[in-house]
Amino acid sequence: MSATPATTPGEGSLSAETGAARAWRWVREHAVNVVAVLVVIYLLVPIVVIFVFSFNNPAGRYNFTWVGFTLKHWSHPFSDTELTKAMLTSIKLALLATVISTIVGTMMAIALVRHKFVGRRITNFLIVIPMATPEVVMGASLLSFFLVLGTPALGFETLLIAHVMFCISFVVVVVRSRLIGFDRSLEEAAKDLGAGPFTTFRLVTLPLILPGIFGAAMLAFALSIDDFVISNFNSGTTVTFPLYIFGAAQRGIPVEVYVVAMILFFATVAAMGFATWQQRRAEKMTAIRPEQEAADIALPGVA
Amino acid sequence: MVAALRRRTPAYLLLAPGALWLIIFFVIPLYFMAKLSLDTEIPGTLHYRFTWEWSNYKEALELYDTQFGRSFIYAGIATLLCLIIAYPLAYVIAFKAGRWRNLMLFAVVAPFFTTYLVRTLAWKTILSNESPITEILHAIGLAPSGHILYTGFAVIAGITYNFLPFMVLPLYASLERIDVRVLEASKDLYASATSTFWKVTLPLSLPGVVAGTLLTFIPAVGDYVNAEFLGGANNRMIGNVIQSLYLTQSDYSAAAALSFVLMAVIMIVVFIYIRFAGSEALMGQEAV
Repeated sequence: MSATPATTPGEGSLSAETGAARAWRWVREHAVNVVAVLVVIYLLVPIVVIFVFSFNNPAGRYNFTWVGFTLKHWSHPFSDTELTKAMLTSIKLALLATVISTIVGTMMAIALVRHKFVGRRITNFLIVIPMATPEVVMGASLLSFFLVLGTPALGFETLLIAHVMFCISFVVVVVRSRLIGFDRSLEEAAKDLGAGPFTTFRLVTLPLILPGIFGAAMLAFALSIDDFVISNFNSGTTVTFPLYIFGAAQRGIPVEVYVVAMILFFATVAAMGFATWQQRRAEKMTAIRPEQEAADIALPGVA
Repeated sequence: MVAALRRRTPAYLLLAPGALWLIIFFVIPLYFMAKLSLDTEIPGTLHYRFTWEWSNYKEALELYDTQFGRSFIYAGIATLLCLIIAYPLAYVIAFKAGRWRNLMLFAVVAPFFTTYLVRTLAWKTILSNESPITEILHAIGLAPSGHILYTGFAVIAGITYNFLPFMVLPLYASLERIDVRVLEASKDLYASATSTFWKVTLPLSLPGVVAGTLLTFIPAVGDYVNAEFLGGANNRMIGNVIQSLYLTQSDYSAAAALSFVLMAVIMIVVFIYIRFAGSEALMGQEAV
């Protein structure tokens, strides 16, 4: 592209070249932006479709083509007892899996960041591998395990075991990244002021890594409530929300599924907003001290 | 020695519950599955006997080699499409979005907030014959003529959509980490925007490319929801086969053998990648 204007000689060519180059650059820069906006639209289209079709009034049992607008599914989103029961099972399962995996995963993250021990590499490996394993393989191998042992019977317990298993790795990774960016002098200060290790942890470490733990818990909850593949292998007769949808897909999907999915969407967005707000507050709080310190050091240097 | 042991005890105590959970419910089940894949069924019962039955592998692979190959082809195409679609978006979010950055990042993760299965059902609507999107795709020649739903095109489209955020987030993370001064230096040294991209930006974002490719490809190969909802009988993937062998046909040995081959092939791919990129790429970027 730079070669073309160079062939035209003369005084005006320089300004023409930069003008053309500038125009070309403008087009190109904006082309990237246009592509990005198109991709954003692409990402959001299915969400809009789900939202719009939650107001649909389909004639048959399938909610795939638009028939007409109605509010009846939004006014009674929990009228389908089977669906409501499945949703409640999912929430209960996700809450339990989140609590267990967050506690256990946070402990692992602390051990990995704060302690030197033999077997670190293998522990890291143990944490990465489940994330690099396809869900079918995880689900199938757990089912083999339960089948061979014959216990526990497939159902809520086996689902809980499976969900905690695949959540742990993600919790460790999230909490670990928070612990790595952690100002350890705060803990040393607490120790210098006579606090024992437990008090230091409770009053200094825990509040500071809490946003990380909260983020990890939210991720675990989201992974658990959305899991279909692993649950499909290990559920027995227990039905979660995704399992209900999969079962219903063969015999017709009630519009309430779209309504409940949308309610779940808005609830998650609200929780995300709250978490971001909390994290910003926490960052502001921890940022005050080092900034003042930096100003104190910088001022005499300038003078 | 004793003191050293005592100092280390808290580390092992902190690790124990999580590590044991992963060993008992992830590692040991893999061992059980390996064993099951070499078992023979005692005729007429649902019981199995361990006999080093390698023919399970041979038979399963001979029977399902099409689905196996198809899974890797579909996942490969989808991963490539994800990379092509995700890179401009990640680039704009990292360098050009300004005050729109958080909103765009929200758009990237927003699909995760809708249930996976419902999202995939929405694609059934989007790609149906009556949908305006289908008409547009036909008009610009992007889709094969005829109906789109229940074809490989629909399955690949679904996989691409569902795993796109896994590509965007690591790409964004590695692009965002690039020091803008390096890009300015390249410009100061009279590199064109194109050569700055190919010689500076792209190589510096390679860890993100590697992590994103892995995070998209691994779940895509094993996926069976998209093939189940959007594909037809000719688009079944290895995940569908494993699922139906386990859950409806109760042919556990063949299913276990297929799972193991799938796992093995993916592990080989991952190890090649990790040697090439360092394990931190997988560990550090997964955090998003």
